[in-house]
Amino acid sequence: MPDSLPLLEVVDLQTHFRTPDGINRAVDGVSFTVKAGETLAVVGESGCGKSVTAMSLLRLVPEPPGKIAGRILFQGRDLLALTEREMKAIRGKELSMIFQEPMTSLNPVLTIGFQLRETLRLHEKVDRRTAERRAIELLDLVGIPESRRRMSEYPHQLSGGMRQRVMIAIALACSPKLLIADEPTTALDVTIQAQILDLMTDLKRRIGAAIVLITHDLGVVAEVAERVMVMYAGRKVEEAPVADLFRAPKHPYTQGLLGAVPRLGASLLDAESKLLEIPGVVPSLKQRIVGCVFAGRCPHATDICREAMPALDVKAPNHIAACHHAATEPAAA
Amino acid sequence: MSRPLLEVNDLKKYFPIKGGLLGGIKAQVHAVDGVSFHVSRGETLSLVGESGCGKSTVGRAILGLFDITAGQVVLDGKRIDQLSARVLRPLRRRMQVVFQDPFSSLNPRMKVRDIIAEPVRNFGLATSKADLEHKIRAVAELVRLPQDALGRWPHEFSGGQRQRIGIARALAAEPDLIICDEAVSALDVSVKAQIVNLLQELQKQLGLALLFISHDLAVVEHMTHRVAVMYLGRIVEMAPKREIFAAPRHPYTSALLSAVPVPEPATDRRRVVLKGDVPSPINLPSGCRFHTRCPYAFDRCRVEDPELRLSDKDHFVACHLQQPGLAGVAGVAVGQD
Ligand SMILES: Nc1ncnc2c1ncn2[C@@H]1O[C@H](COP(=O)(O)OP(=O)(O)O)[C@@H](O)[C@H]1O
Ligand SMILES: Nc1ncnc2c1ncn2[C@@H]1O[C@H](COP(=O)(O)OP(=O)(O)O)[C@@H](O)[C@H]1O
Ligand code: SF4
Ligand SMILES: [Mg+2]
Ligand SMILES: [Mg+2]
Repeated sequence: MPDSLPLLEVVDLQTHFRTPDGINRAVDGVSFTVKAGETLAVVGESGCGKSVTAMSLLRLVPEPPGKIAGRILFQGRDLLALTEREMKAIRGKELSMIFQEPMTSLNPVLTIGFQLRETLRLHEKVDRRTAERRAIELLDLVGIPESRRRMSEYPHQLSGGMRQRVMIAIALACSPKLLIADEPTTALDVTIQAQILDLMTDLKRRIGAAIVLITHDLGVVAEVAERVMVMYAGRKVEEAPVADLFRAPKHPYTQGLLGAVPRLGASLLDAESKLLEIPGVVPSLKQRIVGCVFAGRCPHATDICREAMPALDVKAPNHIAACHHAATEPAAA
Repeated sequence: MSRPLLEVNDLKKYFPIKGGLLGGIKAQVHAVDGVSFHVSRGETLSLVGESGCGKSTVGRAILGLFDITAGQVVLDGKRIDQLSARVLRPLRRRMQVVFQDPFSSLNPRMKVRDIIAEPVRNFGLATSKADLEHKIRAVAELVRLPQDALGRWPHEFSGGQRQRIGIARALAAEPDLIICDEAVSALDVSVKAQIVNLLQELQKQLGLALLFISHDLAVVEHMTHRVAVMYLGRIVEMAPKREIFAAPRHPYTSALLSAVPVPEPATDRRRVVLKGDVPSPINLPSGCRFHTRCPYAFDRCRVEDPELRLSDKDHFVACHLQQPGLAGVAGVAVGQD
């Protein structure tokens, strides 16, 4: 694919839910791109629309009550214009996903082997024996010991880490171009998380898939992402290459998040160190927010913040933020 | 110095697994298998370790929520693990608990005012109606709940505010010790910071002792004075925080710390990736429980169970590499840099 054409281009994505007490603007005008082979992290606190964004890309949002608008161009095709049948052919093949809790996406009454073989046979039209062989290879690839024996086991017989490996095996079965991973390690212990992150990074290198990694964990972001998009209350508020975002965050929300996470080692250097608090809570998505979505909690908010929605402007090379008061760095000569 | 506020001596808790035709005891989960520590007044001791290592079971044993298999729990010099519910009651006031999910532990049919009033009434802490009202308001103020919150229901609050209500209820009993079992684990970053700061301030202000149970090592480092690292029902290392985080001596502690992702891109850290999962607490490994995953395991580890021994001032380690005569090898422990 030519360098200029992104693998995925999302334009003005709006996913709203009709609820008894109003419209929930879960995703409210979000645009971003993903290049072939790159890892984009989507971060933000719970309820800010990360999972709904992921589900929208896969068109797995229940409609109704949900409604998706905008454009989702995947390899140049608008996924929102496809029939459900066409979408099914893409899902699990070129576009696949892993979720936080593999138990909800693995079928509890089917063996691991059956679920892997089915994915392969559905998309690759291979015969039973080939599917069996490839399934075992996949389990080996994701580091599941005694893969042959595991084929006949059920999801509940595996530990959380092993189940997540199986999910990854299924997601990678058809060598997807894009893998959407929604909090893939959140339910795991750090030691197992480290194994899974290593595995994902390694497989990505081998298969060349791009990854959209959704997480609330800034440590995970720093470790695996190349680019980061920060979401707040259904909107994208900042995007930058990972090093720039952590070194010089532009949006007060991003600055707040980075100040609020305790860091290993910090309290050893400064015993009096206090965590930065972001006062208040995320606003309800059911009221239309005039102005900046963060204005209610922002230490720098002024009248203009409450009146006009800030545009996502370039604040530094490859670095955009939606804030009226964020300084713009002079472009490097 | 007088005795510590809380002492736990060689605590064991095995859960029987029933099975077989006659429903007899088939096996046992060795949830906690010989754990000893103390917590002093005004001190925070943290229990850390992977899920299933027995942290919550230790907390629940201290609170007397079940009969323990063996060992002692001593509060202020008085053994409390075999007391009847009636005798234990007034002592239980001195130990309160805050859980991860305050919602499931807050009665949805009680207004916040009544939730906070309950321990004050139950333990007879108020001298009059006016005093009760005064105490409720004082506690709400301590945890920075707005006064109008008192007339509302738990479901009207966000996760962080509910956790404040949970803390308020604990404080209303005027405890000496609060056991925080993953009390901030489910909260979002910004709200977590609010609650962590609150707990630290309350501790200073009220001289509370905290037993802080958490799997979040960065939060623990921020909060704690001392740390006990647990693995499969045992403490494998216990030391002041600086020692644990800057110079860990048990290979498990090193591995655990090195697995924490740090929010700084492009930091080149040496990571000790532990292979595989934690073994089952039903069929424990022979020798050192950690030997199946330990990168430094040698013959002795597979046969001999290392004791938790003093390896330096206030620093306890259960590892054969730390035994006298092997001091040189101790340097293998991988620190953070
Ligand atoms: N099926 C649904 N019906 C109604 N509202 C929903 C549905 N799914 C998600 N939402 C709402 O969308 C918002 C964003 O949720 P989500 O994307 O899950 O957040 P995140 O993943 O960032 O924690 C929330 O307010 C949530 O309640
Ligand atoms: N009521 C119980 N019955 C049987 N096993 C239990 C019970 N409670 C805990 N366990 C087991 O004891 C071990 C320790 O559990 P727990 O103390 O909850 O660990 P942690 O809090 O460190 O995650 C685990 O293997 C768990 O499955
Ligand atoms: S636009 Fe205003 S309210 Fe929004 S983040 Fe910037 S300073 Fe804060
Ligand atoms: Mg989510
Ligand atoms: Mg627990």
